[in-house]
Amino acid sequence: MPPVLETKALHKNFGGLTATNNVTFALAAGARHALIGPNGAGKTTFVNLLSGVLTPTSGTIYLDGTDVTRWPAHKRAGAGLARTFQINQLFADFTPLETIVLAMSQAKGIASRWLRPVGTDTSVVNAAADLLQRLMLADVMHLRVGSLPYGKQRLLEIAIAVASEPKVLLLDEPAAGVPESEREQILDVVAALPGEMALVLIEHDMDLVFRFARSLTVLVLGGVLVEGSPSEIVNDPRVRQVYLGELHVEGFSRPHTGAALG
Amino acid sequence: MTSVIADTPIASAGPGAHLVARARWRWPEVLLWLFAIALIWIAPSRYLLFNEIAILALLALSIDLVLGYAGIVTLGQGAFFGLGAYTAGLMAKHGMGTFPWSDPVLGLIGAALVAGFIGFLSSFLVLRGSDLTRLMVTLGVALIVQELGNKLEWITGGADGLQGVLPAPILGLFDFDIYGRNAYLYSLCTLFVLFVIARALVNSPFGLSLRAIKGNVTRARAIGIPVERRLVVIYTVGAAYAGIAGALLAQTTQFVSLDVLSFERSADALLILVFGGVGTLYGALIGAIAFKAMYDVLASATPEYWGFWLGLALVLLVLFARGGIMGLLRALQERFARPRAERT
Repeated sequence: MPPVLETKALHKNFGGLTATNNVTFALAAGARHALIGPNGAGKTTFVNLLSGVLTPTSGTIYLDGTDVTRWPAHKRAGAGLARTFQINQLFADFTPLETIVLAMSQAKGIASRWLRPVGTDTSVVNAAADLLQRLMLADVMHLRVGSLPYGKQRLLEIAIAVASEPKVLLLDEPAAGVPESEREQILDVVAALPGEMALVLIEHDMDLVFRFARSLTVLVLGGVLVEGSPSEIVNDPRVRQVYLGELHVEGFSRPHTGAALG
Repeated sequence: MTSVIADTPIASAGPGAHLVARARWRWPEVLLWLFAIALIWIAPSRYLLFNEIAILALLALSIDLVLGYAGIVTLGQGAFFGLGAYTAGLMAKHGMGTFPWSDPVLGLIGAALVAGFIGFLSSFLVLRGSDLTRLMVTLGVALIVQELGNKLEWITGGADGLQGVLPAPILGLFDFDIYGRNAYLYSLCTLFVLFVIARALVNSPFGLSLRAIKGNVTRARAIGIPVERRLVVIYTVGAAYAGIAGALLAQTTQFVSLDVLSFERSADALLILVFGGVGTLYGALIGAIAFKAMYDVLASATPEYWGFWLGLALVLLVLFARGGIMGLLRALQERFARPRAERT
């Protein structure tokens, strides 16, 4: 099966700094892929290149076999590429329901309608309410987004991206800053996403990474250090040296990690 | 249509009811429009003032669509106002006061097309850049248009203004009387129709996507909203609205001077919108009423201090009522609504 998302020799320079260095990457439909690497490895830059927030210096990006390298962000989104942001990018004055109704309307191509009020299309509203229910946001769906607790905002960040039923979803540290007690919620939500959706997770938390990923890419200094299955990554001496050394190797001896690897 | 009147909270009939309820007409809105009509009998001697208010309100409304909903800061709406005024003025003049070429309604359509077209062209200039860049670009376009109006004397009459603007009776039926009664009714009807369209627009999915762009452009792009296209559309619509406001002025005063292109008018209209409350539609109407009423009372008593009073009002507004008059009204409504909700 051809990859749903692919990059060939992707480069991004900011002046003299190389943020993405010759990255060739392929993602199969339904993948559960994690992108890890130390701080400053260029993970978020890579996601920004994929989603169209940044334009690469050179190289090519294919979405479903189509060259989308020069496409603007909104066009890529329309073609089935969705993302979440490490720092919340929400509409503070909207309610969660309005947010999801808009995202779904846009995905269905009816967001440019201007004669009838929002909410008259009950199929969209019901689908939006359904999604909010599944993402544990039903109780707050009529409140102002800006007034929601941080954990709920993080869930909404995922909900917006899922609303368009994308083929590829890029999750940029979905649990960043979420208190320990609410982390499980985020994990459960990510675990319950449809199987055919290809997911890329960027995360620092190794527990989360190894519970989630079936394959990994390790980025260092903008380039791919190594790719492989979780067990290959754990046992790779370069990874231990460059990356895991920084994050305490003993983390890998935790019992549930072994279960995830098995 | 949306003309269902409701002042009671919607019984929860599905999650969509919450959204649709916002688009319903409420009693205070209906009362405001009835009051505007009733003014014909309440104060028959002030038609000219009311007409001016209606026109200013329409201009402020055009800014609200662009600034209040799409977040485009503009000081150049006067350019479209002036283009509309000259278009309608020229149509009335060269139509020789005969139907249909000098018909005022046709003049409005012509003004909307010309102003909308120039708005469409200049919209590409305001797409890029921050608020400050947009402010400068819109101001720059307005200054260019103003200077063109001055130089193209053979069309515009230059500093002498456009003489001989004699529109035909409205739709061939209603003549502009010397008291300005029909002029006021005509402006009010135009304002109402355009207001209803604007109201539908901002409550629609299209309006929601504009608010999304204003709220967070990165996220708007990430969910697939074609940001540039949306901004071009609303800027064009805003320009057409301003053009129609200008046309109303030309037709009802039967004269067009270079003053229609002045920077002061853009600034006044923006001020009116801020007074009334940005992003509410009604802020444009209430702001225009408050501004003109204030001017009428203060400037006729002490004309030399008008600037002082205006400045004082602005300072008080910024200190105590950020949301303008509409913001104050909303805060009052919430204060009174809350205890009632607690009892039930």
